[in-house]
Amino acid sequence: MAAYRTNVISKEKGNFVVPAFLTPATTKSSLCSACSKSHTTNNGRLLLISLSSHWTIDWPSMAAPETSTAAVPTLYTNNTLRNAFGGVLSFFILLLIGVLAFSIRLFSVIKYESVIHEFDPYFNYRVTQFLTKKGIYDFWNWFDDRTWYPLGRVIGGTVYPGLTLTAGTIWWLLNSLNIPLSVETVCVFTAPIFSAFASLATYLLTKEVKGAGAGLTAAALLAMVPSYISRSVAGSYDNEAVAIFALIFTFYLYIKTLNTGSLFYATLNSIAYFYMVCSWGGYTFIINLIPMHVLLCIVTGRYSSRLYIAYAPLVVLGTLLAALVPVVGFNAVMTSEHFASFLVFIIIHVVAFVYYIKGILSPKMFNVAVTLVVSVGLAVCCAVIAVLIALVASSPTKGWSGRSLSLLDPTYASKYIPIIASVSEHQPPTWPSYFMDINVLAFLVPAGIIACFLPLTDASSFVILYIATSVYFSGVMVRLMLVLAPAACITSGIALSEAFDVLTGSIKFQLPGVSSDAGVDAGETSSDTTEARNDEVKAEKPEETSKDQFSKKSKKKEREHVEKPSAKSKVKTKAEKKRLLALPLEASVVSLLLLIVLGAFYVVHCVWAAAEAYSAPSIVLTSRSHDGLHVFDDFREAYAWLRHNTDVDDKVASWWDYGYQTTAMANRTVIVDNNTWNNTHIATVGTAMSSPEKAAWEIFHSLDVKYVLVVFGGLIGYPSDDINKFLWMVRIGGGVFPHIKEPDYLRDGQYRIDSQATPTMLNCLMYKLSYYRFVETDGKAYDRVRRTEIGKKYFKLTHFEEVFTTHHWMVRIYKLKPPKNRTRGKTKKSKSKTSSTSSSKRSGTERKNPWH
Amino acid sequence: MEVPIRATGLLGFTFFSLLFFVCTSSPLHSLFISNAERRIDATSHIVKVYLTLKVENAGSTPTSEVLLAFPPTQVDHLATVEVLVTKGKRKKTTLVRLDVKPTELPDAPDGAKYFTIFLANPLNSGESTTLEVLYLFTHSLEPFPAEIGQSESQLVHYRDSALILSPYHIKQQTSFIKTPSRKVESFTRVEPTNHAGTEIKYGPYEDRPPYSFSPILIHFENNSPFPVVEELVREVEISHWGNLQVTEQYTLVHGGARHKGVFSRVDFQSRPTLSGASSLRHLLARLPPRVHSVYYRDEIGNISSSHLRTDSRKSELEIEPRYPLFGGWKATFVIGYGLPLQDFLFESSDDRRYLNFTFGCPLLETVVDKLTVKVVLPEGSKDPSAVVPFPVDQHLETKYSYLDVVGRTVVVMEKKNLVPVQNSHFQVYYTFKPIFMLAEPLMLASAFFLFFVACVAYLHIDLSIRK
Repeated sequence: MAAYRTNVISKEKGNFVVPAFLTPATTKSSLCSACSKSHTTNNGRLLLISLSSHWTIDWPSMAAPETSTAAVPTLYTNNTLRNAFGGVLSFFILLLIGVLAFSIRLFSVIKYESVIHEFDPYFNYRVTQFLTKKGIYDFWNWFDDRTWYPLGRVIGGTVYPGLTLTAGTIWWLLNSLNIPLSVETVCVFTAPIFSAFASLATYLLTKEVKGAGAGLTAAALLAMVPSYISRSVAGSYDNEAVAIFALIFTFYLYIKTLNTGSLFYATLNSIAYFYMVCSWGGYTFIINLIPMHVLLCIVTGRYSSRLYIAYAPLVVLGTLLAALVPVVGFNAVMTSEHFASFLVFIIIHVVAFVYYIKGILSPKMFNVAVTLVVSVGLAVCCAVIAVLIALVASSPTKGWSGRSLSLLDPTYASKYIPIIASVSEHQPPTWPSYFMDINVLAFLVPAGIIACFLPLTDASSFVILYIATSVYFSGVMVRLMLVLAPAACITSGIALSEAFDVLTGSIKFQLPGVSSDAGVDAGETSSDTTEARNDEVKAEKPEETSKDQFSKKSKKKEREHVEKPSAKSKVKTKAEKKRLLALPLEASVVSLLLLIVLGAFYVVHCVWAAAEAYSAPSIVLTSRSHDGLHVFDDFREAYAWLRHNTDVDDKVASWWDYGYQTTAMANRTVIVDNNTWNNTHIATVGTAMSSPEKAAWEIFHSLDVKYVLVVFGGLIGYPSDDINKFLWMVRIGGGVFPHIKEPDYLRDGQYRIDSQATPTMLNCLMYKLSYYRFVETDGKAYDRVRRTEIGKKYFKLTHFEEVFTTHHWMVRIYKLKPPKNRTRGKTKKSKSKTSSTSSSKRSGTERKNPWH
Repeated sequence: MEVPIRATGLLGFTFFSLLFFVCTSSPLHSLFISNAERRIDATSHIVKVYLTLKVENAGSTPTSEVLLAFPPTQVDHLATVEVLVTKGKRKKTTLVRLDVKPTELPDAPDGAKYFTIFLANPLNSGESTTLEVLYLFTHSLEPFPAEIGQSESQLVHYRDSALILSPYHIKQQTSFIKTPSRKVESFTRVEPTNHAGTEIKYGPYEDRPPYSFSPILIHFENNSPFPVVEELVREVEISHWGNLQVTEQYTLVHGGARHKGVFSRVDFQSRPTLSGASSLRHLLARLPPRVHSVYYRDEIGNISSSHLRTDSRKSELEIEPRYPLFGGWKATFVIGYGLPLQDFLFESSDDRRYLNFTFGCPLLETVVDKLTVKVVLPEGSKDPSAVVPFPVDQHLETKYSYLDVVGRTVVVMEKKNLVPVQNSHFQVYYTFKPIFMLAEPLMLASAFFLFFVACVAYLHIDLSIRK
């Protein structure tokens, strides 16, 4: 076993040391004697492949030596030149793709400004600021008392630090070079930079699967896929920005290891996986997908030592490294999300052991051993499974976190966890959103899957598995469309490039003068793409290790696999084959044009999506009217007001959506924020918002709240305001405090705020704070979002006072009136201040039914 | 209302007249003021005082120094003193600015502070001259009541003396105080006193001895906003590639009566004259002509409410804070702009270069409590020296900007209590060799060159162990 492994390593040494595409052709001639044999035997199948690879710009490591079989010196030099040219060309194409990926994401900066977007990015920005100011050790130990008052939050142990560490490192690097960019600028441009890297990683991955042509196409597609743009425009400083790069790169290194069997890449793979774990909770996708693929390979009899090297170090090293990330910690071995990898780890060892035994034993002895091992193995497996089941069953959520469970059972969240269901990005997507987010790729994916089957290699089977699982997950949660996007780009890239190859190939065949027979033959023999190479690597391995007897079986399988197409092709002569594979000239020209149109449509859609749909920072709104551009900058107006005109230690209560922004922009302590880790706390705020004024005042006062912030869109028609989110507050509040009942707020099952609304609704705090003195703006109190006149127009606030309302009324800030001294005797109702005093002393009203 | 004020006034009066007896004659008392007229403009929050003095020399020796006296409470708020004298005959009179310097006198009664005016020509005995004195007070209007609601108007107290404080005998004097509106709640009467329209007239008073003092207190409406920049940091960065980049960081506060209670947007929008009359809605910054790439932002991003008007002589930037500032509300923001270098950088005769730039704050009608001007000289410049028309604190710093190796010299100047009148020019002299301009491009070029060489070398070296 050991000898076998070292053999592989030493053989592959040449492979990883020699760089990229400019390698001199002579470095690997030793390897090729093995390949050449398979070339000649595979000739029939190679033709098929060669059609798809006139574009010979793959890394020429293998291609060059293979030309030696052609034994024509002129062709040899010709091809080296072609390879070199192709290499340089592909390098520049990649560079341009990188520039494209970066610049298409700058629409937000050009149309709006260089600013952090939305909600979560503000938290990441704040963490990065802390990191750059205080350093890494303070960051790990950071207990944030500005949020979740009075609980606080341990930031260092609850964030995925990859993004902040990346941006912090970039910032530090730039500043040590005396390039004084602000932290904000670095944060804004992190996502576009990493999407350029992600394109590069896509290129590498697809190249490993289907050759450089497919790689470039896939990279170009990924550079502008709208789904990814939506999460990585300049300013969208979120985990996904770097995580998608890490995801693709981890997959690339896995495939690379699988193709080469190099321990070097296996180690790199673990490190990339570690980076992914640092960056995003979506790493569980990797740690489940790769075992699935390994299992698939084993089941389909594709086990090889390369598979072992690709997988075993990843599990061991990767899990160890993952456990170093504080937010993951022992979850890396404790939770069910990771069990699949350990199970497959055991299985692959069993399989490896079987192969080893088979190699050293005679067939007769082996049969005996099989029976022995199977019986023992079954027993062990049963025991392990029993232990696992016991472990899993002992934990209340069966070892799965809520978000993961909702992945497996799409209805789980809406049934049990309103707080997960209330987030729009956790909803299942609709069909239009598929078209919006991946556009024509949706049609190209099936073609790509078919192309992956011709021929099926380890790498292409991985792509098939990846696309299949990600399609499923994207159907569960709109957010995971992001995982689908790279898979869709890779398969579509493969499909497009294969189609182009076939079409241009058939045109080339039929155009007189363009391709002489010699050229075609040269193309056939010289231009074998990576997948051919993959097969060869696979085929050559058993040959190299033919001393080992156990390889016979796989060798046989290999041969069968190889011989299938060649057997088919034997029926016809070579000339006939060519004619058969070539499409009619007109048809290929037309379909080529159609493909170009399809691509153009995709580009137009992507640019539109980047410019119009996904670039709005959501803290600044603009509207175009006949008298020019109108800017609604109310959020920042309110946050700036809070920042400068309230006391540093004042607590601000708002719905959790605005928590991150309030801490980051206003620098004030909030009660709840977007890290929804404590359901009860959120439910308390939800209850306060759905309670009548006095009960709400008591809840807020008990939380030491000084200001209450509500978002109101009724004046200008901003639809995602608090009134529209209000039912979620009722639901979440009611989930913990049963005296809040959703039907109380609905009239005949309908949510309304007009005169038909229920009295509970019209008396709740959220209604009052939103519509306080709203009637004085137009006299009718017409709500432009709900398109109706509000139900209760004239009312007074007794426990709250308005302290600030922004220019377009989008944010309204109220201050809690201080509790008054108890006054003796009865006070009049008209003197609201004194009435509040006397009644506010009663406790426990929040548990009673609302109004009085 | 007036009774307690008068009581304190009387106390002060007796106190100062007592001081007068303490002071005995000195050489300066050979001067006397035959006529003095004082116009106090209290329409904005910067109180401007125009004082016209007719000084006569009754002594025998010529003198060239005239003293101005201020009570200590006023000196703290005194931003600037300027003295002009008219020259020439009736037709072609020109105004000549005279030197003024703060002086300490050993026998100053009760901490009175002095400024010495240095006359251009000594005043011979029997001669007289007319001096035009302008001085400005900041933070001298004290809001009373100190807290007002949104719909109330802002009332302020102004304290001064009905009689001009002077170390000289004044034969005849009159004081006028101009208020922004007719609404004057109360004022101290020192007969003869007359209130007409927006003006209160004190005097004329005859033959008042030196150091006469008669405190007055005027309580009137002043609804103009009180924009006070608590701290302003102006950074002027010189690039010899042709740009002058100015970055100004403001901490703005409304220094008027503090806002109390609710802020109702509906009242503010529907009744702008009645509600929030004293609120600070916008500011005007006067920038140099040919300004470009102007930005206006704060720590959380761009502020979209600004307008820039440019013409060939000046640029005006009208900015609105994110929210209207009521009394006591604060805001911070940054204004930045670029200017063509040739308008501001010149070569002096001794082969040095100098920057000629305005010192003060470009916002109109704004008091700056603390101003820091930083001039960032290009990397490699030497021997910086600053020439400022008034005393400032100076020191040098080093700043590292884009790809700097040795850092840039920064000349830092600090001044407290500044008003727009003082927006005079200052100069920073330094020597600079143009070859330093090429340092950074060459550095970049060589870095890239080395990178490519390394790449080429790497690609041509075979590091594999096995051939």
